[in-house]
Amino acid sequence: MHELSIAQNLLEIIREEMKKHGKSRLLTVKIKHGRLSAVVPEALDMAFTSLTMDTSLAEAKMVMEAVPLTLKCYACGKEFSPEDTAHIFVPCPHCGEEIGHTVVSGKELFIEYLELE
Amino acid sequence: MSATQIPVVRNILEANDRIAGELKDFFKEKGILVLNLMSSPGAGKTTLLERTLTDLRDEFKMAVVEGDLQTDNDARRVAATGAQAVQINTEGGCHLNSNMVREAIRALDLDGLDILFIENVGNLVCPAEFDVGEDHKVTLLSVTEGDDKPEKYPLMFNISSAMVLNKTDLLPYVDFDMDRAAGFAKGFNANIEIFPVSCRKHEGLDKWYDWLRKARASKKPS
Repeated sequence: MHELSIAQNLLEIIREEMKKHGKSRLLTVKIKHGRLSAVVPEALDMAFTSLTMDTSLAEAKMVMEAVPLTLKCYACGKEFSPEDTAHIFVPCPHCGEEIGHTVVSGKELFIEYLELE
Repeated sequence: MSATQIPVVRNILEANDRIAGELKDFFKEKGILVLNLMSSPGAGKTTLLERTLTDLRDEFKMAVVEGDLQTDNDARRVAATGAQAVQINTEGGCHLNSNMVREAIRALDLDGLDILFIENVGNLVCPAEFDVGEDHKVTLLSVTEGDDKPEKYPLMFNISSAMVLNKTDLLPYVDFDMDRAAGFAKGFNANIEIFPVSCRKHEGLDKWYDWLRKARASKKPS
């Protein structure tokens, strides 16, 4: 439900970047979100659409790419990604350690690029 | 005119993080320990605060920022302990952000304050994404909610320094495996401290208080 706040923040950055680059049309905004970040792509897309409806940004397309979860094993230090889509707490495939893994990637939430005209 | 792809690479929540950073600096200068308390609705955040504010009132000067969608019920409950309290009504908003906290603390007398508790909106999802200038996030989980909550809401438990497992007096009546819950909480967070408590029966709180004392001591201005 906080996707609306995220979309508001996103719009502020977009408007700032468009001004900075002297562009008036936004074609695409590309977003990367980690598997662990609490963002629902459909909800963010809906929030963005609602906020840009009837504005000059209405035609813009939002593209979202999920960043997989990468963990560093607590015991052996090797990196791995839980492939299971239903469970993210899986033992390390290298040594079997179950707890304490460090999140290397998967918490991201950032704009990668804007396509402007 | 041709389209140009402009690499941006900016954190979408950078505005929130910037204010949170300013608050952190401000609290550091004041030497105030700030804790962001999060849980589902009804896990017992306010009851934990009532206990803590009462039991430690001779030891620390404490204040509370209360976040709720509506009503000032919780602010009145914690104010009844004698602590300062200020209510934020998000009016539907599912989380507190750093700007709301910055505004709210203007209503508090922060001089000589030892600990500021920020009681977030009851929600295990959204508050996890928004720093509010805290030193530590503390997540409460009550045994009636199920021991797989840390598996279902991993981000919240990943970023928390401590997990308070509340309502342990109800353990005989529910299927809640303490070890399983602890295992999930430690899944991506080897150092999370876990405190099983019953706020209602006043059990297990001493270890939570010791943790608070330690955290407070490490925040004192040098």
